[in-house]
Amino acid sequence: MSSLTVKDLTKSFATTPVLTGVDLHVPSGSFTALLGPSGCGKTTLLRLIAGFDDPDSGTVALGDRVVAGAGRGVAARRRGIGFVPQEGGLFPHLSVAGNISFGLPRRQRRDGGRVRDLLALVGLDADLADRSPHQLSGGQQQRVALARALAPEPSLVLLDEPFSSLDAALREETRLAVSRALAATGATAVLVTHDQAEALSMADQVAVLRGGRLVQLTDPRTLYRRPGDLDVATFVGEAVVLDADLRDGRAHCVLGALPYEQVSAEAAPEGRARILLRPEQLRLSAPDTGTTAARVRSVDFYGHDSRVWLDLPGGGTVSARLEGADLPGAGDEVSISVRGTALAFPQAQESVLPEGPTEVRTVFAGEPLRAPAPLG
Amino acid sequence: MTGPGAPARTADRRPRTSRTGRRLRRSPVTLALAVAVAALALLPLGYIAWYTADVGWSGVRELVFRPRVAELLWNTGRLVLGTVFCCAVLGVGAAWLVERSSVPGRRIWHVLLVAPLAVPAFVNSFAWISLLPGLDTYAGALLVVTLSYFPFVYLPVAAAFRGLDPALEETAHGLGLSNWAVFLRVQLPQLRVALLGGSLLVSLHLLGEFGALQMLRYPTFTTAIYDQYRATFNGPGATMLAGVLVLICLALLLAELRLRGRRGYARTGRGAARPVRPVALRVLTAPALLALGVLVGLALLVPLGSLGYWMGTGSSTALDWNLLAATTGTTLALAGAAAVVTTALALPTGWLAVRARGRITTLLERSTYLGSSVPGIVVALALVTLSIRATPWLYQTVPVLLAAYAILFLPRAIVTVRSAVEQATPLYDDVAASLGSSAPDRLRRVTLPLLAPGIGAGAALVFLAVVTELTATLLLAPTGTTTLATAFWSASSTLEYGAAAPYAVIMVLLSAPATVLLSRDARRGLTT
Repeated sequence: MSSLTVKDLTKSFATTPVLTGVDLHVPSGSFTALLGPSGCGKTTLLRLIAGFDDPDSGTVALGDRVVAGAGRGVAARRRGIGFVPQEGGLFPHLSVAGNISFGLPRRQRRDGGRVRDLLALVGLDADLADRSPHQLSGGQQQRVALARALAPEPSLVLLDEPFSSLDAALREETRLAVSRALAATGATAVLVTHDQAEALSMADQVAVLRGGRLVQLTDPRTLYRRPGDLDVATFVGEAVVLDADLRDGRAHCVLGALPYEQVSAEAAPEGRARILLRPEQLRLSAPDTGTTAARVRSVDFYGHDSRVWLDLPGGGTVSARLEGADLPGAGDEVSISVRGTALAFPQAQESVLPEGPTEVRTVFAGEPLRAPAPLG
Repeated sequence: MTGPGAPARTADRRPRTSRTGRRLRRSPVTLALAVAVAALALLPLGYIAWYTADVGWSGVRELVFRPRVAELLWNTGRLVLGTVFCCAVLGVGAAWLVERSSVPGRRIWHVLLVAPLAVPAFVNSFAWISLLPGLDTYAGALLVVTLSYFPFVYLPVAAAFRGLDPALEETAHGLGLSNWAVFLRVQLPQLRVALLGGSLLVSLHLLGEFGALQMLRYPTFTTAIYDQYRATFNGPGATMLAGVLVLICLALLLAELRLRGRRGYARTGRGAARPVRPVALRVLTAPALLALGVLVGLALLVPLGSLGYWMGTGSSTALDWNLLAATTGTTLALAGAAAVVTTALALPTGWLAVRARGRITTLLERSTYLGSSVPGIVVALALVTLSIRATPWLYQTVPVLLAAYAILFLPRAIVTVRSAVEQATPLYDDVAASLGSSAPDRLRRVTLPLLAPGIGAGAALVFLAVVTELTATLLLAPTGTTTLATAFWSASSTLEYGAAAPYAVIMVLLSAPATVLLSRDARRGLTT
């Protein structure tokens, strides 16, 4: 296994630029997720790394070895990069065993033990070895595709949205099996996904791609807690974005005067700003003076937790994520308090967030989350 | 931006046109091979062009603008249109019944519908005219050639039906479409490539048909060319008629190109398609069985019955077993060699036509169709002339005969190879490359196995064609080399029906295994 370094990579198809100067470093043995919305160029980046396409400029290096760019173009087959395509891409004319052993040296191909080991690695039964790909479920196809990619012990494994075609239950199970298999082999892995939960839960570091550019590269916790800008913030998770006035070391907003941190050191210490809170930072309690009062509009119950929609007295709606069984009902009056600190972003920053009369918004995965209609 | 769960693929994949040039640059060897194949295929055309230039404009005017040519044009045109229409209706209808309906005995019907390919058109023609001498009319010719050629449409369409994702049909049913509407709006558009390919095959084959139409005394360009060549050895006259024939073919090729469009069809769904649930015919089962029965009866039982009859009545003629065995051996060897050579030649062209679709590759593919549309006699004539002039040591040898077969039968192999390539997505190639497989290794372990059904079908079609090839063999076979077709021809043209029948029976028996192979490979499907 080895590290992956991408430097200033650009790629256009005809006249459409797809990647415009991407830099990325994936340390050896780590699991990196390439997260971005549709059309941001993440699959193109993956194909350039794999060697299926050639970049217009920039370089791709595995360890110290430059495999693309700078006048070099190592063929895909000589890169030692495992590839797991979107739908598994199992060879339809080969059995499961034939698929898994495809990349092995000729002598090892007949070795049933090797195939069994690899099936076990991805958490599949050895009985499946003689099946045809079309006899497998979607999740099993994906796992066999991973086993096939891992068989030649690649220096790097690329996974192109491998779970997007699976249903929720199967997706979770397959994710776990894939994580386990990758951890067991210690392979360096890059996963392309547009699902932020997948990126945050599986990866050691997340690279956020937007408009053909890498906008942030960091570990999942930092990405969630200290996103580089509001777009990233709202893309990686549900967010409560409020207009605020920064003065005296506090952010004054509809939820009161909150402690805050600036997203960047250069930002003006005082003045208008937008602050980011996560819905789970909001706490509800019985109505009480001194805290912000709100009225519960509705509750989305998920089992493990719930989202509570709150109408604020000054207009606007925010959501809170609550654990536990002790939930308010629609129409209840509650007090909102805030746990932890807010993150302040400069006001002038360009954003996908639509401008509107409400100063308060709940945003999820880049889209304003619409609050349900008020009751009665 | 989309929420989680929405597939995010379309925008990441760029239009394929921009990749065409690069794909061509990446496969210089394949491109060079395809160019060489196209050059070989165009050799006879070059000969015609050169001859035309030699004859000059006044010569052309004198030879082409005359009532005889108009009459041939009318005869040929209406026969081609009628046959293509009948073959398309029969082929698509039969393919739908066998692949998508609940008609009983689908596997047996499939074999029976491919089986007429084992009876050469001129044997079929011999069988009908020897029983019903009144068939020497347009209707008779239409009947006989349709019964001989409809499998050319049936086979690719049946294979395409099998490649269709049933999920699409289920979705359409779910949207409230009737079976008929699903056929028209979902299946037929996806079958277009196969249907047009099959129709083109029928037209090209018909334009070059000599034996069947000669026997039915239905004059077309090809029979006229042969007569003229045989009667007067009048090279320019025959070649000018061939020139007109080539122009017709060119028009057909352009029409197919326009109709086929630029889109390639590869299944976009997941890994492997699910098996099909057939459409229940209910009360229509009996009419469907009757229709299939009549079709198979006319296309198969009539010629076989007629051959049986002549075998019986002709038993008074002493049968020379040694001659029969020697002739059979020669035919077998020639057909096998030609099948291997021609299919190998078809691979680069068929591959590029799908994977690097663009102006250059379309031109290369069309060149082979164009080349093969030249009637066998002109191909033979061109090769005789060229081999005498350029390579006298090759004159009247097997390689020249094989080259003629390749030129004549390349489209059969290319059409089937191309259909197979369309079903094998480039993804498999990428995955195999990422697993360390080299280009030749990928060819052997991924591409060829995926293409095997298509290649098998192509080779079988070529084999069938060569076993029963008459015209080019008559002219090009080395002295003393007699094939079943030429032996049959010389006996039947002297009206020795009893003596001709054994050769026809052997031709049918030889073609049969290839036909069964063809039906079985197609049944296995291209992707599973």
